Amino acid sequence: MYLVRRLGVFLFSVVVASGLVFSVMSILPGDPAQVMLGTQATPESVAALRTELGLDRPMPIQYFDWLSGVVRGDLGTSIFSGQDIAAQIAARLRVTMPLAVMAMTMTILLAFPAGVYSASRHRRLGDTVVTTLSQIGLAIPAFWAGLILVTVFAVGRGWFPANGFPGWDSVGQALRALFLPALSLAIVQGAIITRYVRSAVLDTMREDYIRTARAKGLSRSAALWRHGLRNAAIPVLTILGLQFAALLAGTVVIETVFVLPGLGSMLLQAITRRDLLLVQGGAFVIVAFILTINLLVDLTYRFVDPRVARR
Amino acid sequence: MRWKRINLVVGASIVVLVIVTALVSFVWTPYDPQQISSTERLLGVGENGHLLGTDQFGRDVLSQIMVGSQTALFVGILAVGIAVVIGIPLGGLAAARRGWTEEGIMRLSDVIYAFPPVLLAILLVAAVSPGIGPAMVAIGIAYVPIVARVTRGAALSVFELDYVAAARTYGRRKAYIFFRHVLPNIASVLIVQVTVLFALAILAEAALSFLGIGAQPPRPSWGRSLRDAQTFIQLSPRLAVWPGLAIAFTVLGFNLLGDGLRDALDPRLEVRRT
Repeated sequence: MYLVRRLGVFLFSVVVASGLVFSVMSILPGDPAQVMLGTQATPESVAALRTELGLDRPMPIQYFDWLSGVVRGDLGTSIFSGQDIAAQIAARLRVTMPLAVMAMTMTILLAFPAGVYSASRHRRLGDTVVTTLSQIGLAIPAFWAGLILVTVFAVGRGWFPANGFPGWDSVGQALRALFLPALSLAIVQGAIITRYVRSAVLDTMREDYIRTARAKGLSRSAALWRHGLRNAAIPVLTILGLQFAALLAGTVVIETVFVLPGLGSMLLQAITRRDLLLVQGGAFVIVAFILTINLLVDLTYRFVDPRVARR
Repeated sequence: MRWKRINLVVGASIVVLVIVTALVSFVWTPYDPQQISSTERLLGVGENGHLLGTDQFGRDVLSQIMVGSQTALFVGILAVGIAVVIGIPLGGLAAARRGWTEEGIMRLSDVIYAFPPVLLAILLVAAVSPGIGPAMVAIGIAYVPIVARVTRGAALSVFELDYVAAARTYGRRKAYIFFRHVLPNIASVLIVQVTVLFALAILAEAALSFLGIGAQPPRPSWGRSLRDAQTFIQLSPRLAVWPGLAIAFTVLGFNLLGDGLRDALDPRLEVRRT
């Protein structure tokens, strides 16, 4: 029953999100055809483009046309390149998705040891150092971290390329090009997740079953590793899912720093070229992806922690 | 001195310093921040009386950073203002009405929450034109669900209290009860949230200006300075240091202030967190 209801909420959310994306592009002041063609365009060319894009039809019909296209995987054709928008987005996702996954992997590798160490050294020097570093990490813009990393490790040492993406023909070169962008995102995300891991481990260490384990003779660290971490991972899992969505948004900015041909840089180029349909399609795909992650997080949460379902 | 006091004192000091800098920059900066000088391009720290050097156009970096604080605070105030003005009544309405109204508001909040500020700004800018206005509106709208959710969560428990029931027996309307009795009692939670959102808004504005869809020239902005610095990163890497430090310092200040206020206004949270 919960699954049906949650899927219903998901579908409702996707439809509302599509409506919002469409509305922003359609209802706001200004004629999209005029915006696309610029101020120098003649009224005739604007009228012709309006007809070509179907903008002369009633708004609800335009929306349902677009939505039915989305359901079929047809997001329309780019006004600038004349290419299929869905195909363009799919090509860009081949950079954005690996970047986001790589950044999330680095985040986990940074945050889990740091958070667990901080909790295990609670109110001691190690804890203070980690919490201070995570507070600083929270304040750093990811794109600034990217600029600094480029300056030190690309321009200064030449260990990584400063920008660009060679494609997936050489996996090693591709991963090398994505390393610094992913690290820039992971520094900020890692700071956030470290705080959650620390807090979750501290909460877990106060539970009765940990006290029982200690009473049986287990040391604090043995109780933590054998019983605490598995339980502490449950709330952290939720945050990881939500932060993956934030990370996806972060890629938009990072792709600009490192000149990567991903979804974010595609959206920014589309703005410059006034390719509104491409902006609409790209934005909808990102939001639909974030809503899907939220759905998966909710379902996974109930799966790994059956107490949630009982409550 | 206890940690919570340190957070509060350091955070408040940084925030006050940034506010004072922004106010002072209205009447005084070491140099005219827009003054271009072809003979003083890319000067180093302390050269020719420029404390933080000059940029690629010979403009004084310190003066630009001082004036940039105006943009950061301006966007923070207006974006968070939008989030508060829309989010608090929505959250209050959800808590007061419950049922379908609450369900509708919360589901809609979930959908808007799926739009990151950068994405909302891209949509708005695509439909209108780049600028500080669309950026502020986008950041504000993106934070409405956060404010609405926090307001609803805090207000739900207050609506169950006896004095609210007493106000109901007097025949007071729910809107009156919310603004007169509930809101003052959840103000501490909201103040903390607003402080944290302020930090996020400053980060978001910097990101949007860095992308070229936020503050437009000649308005100085830390994010925009970093965008310009990127072009000269090989020639003069230090240009990327100062605006970034200004952003990090300000955001750190608001985050510490938020943590400090949370601990000071709700000691129960502090006990749970430590």
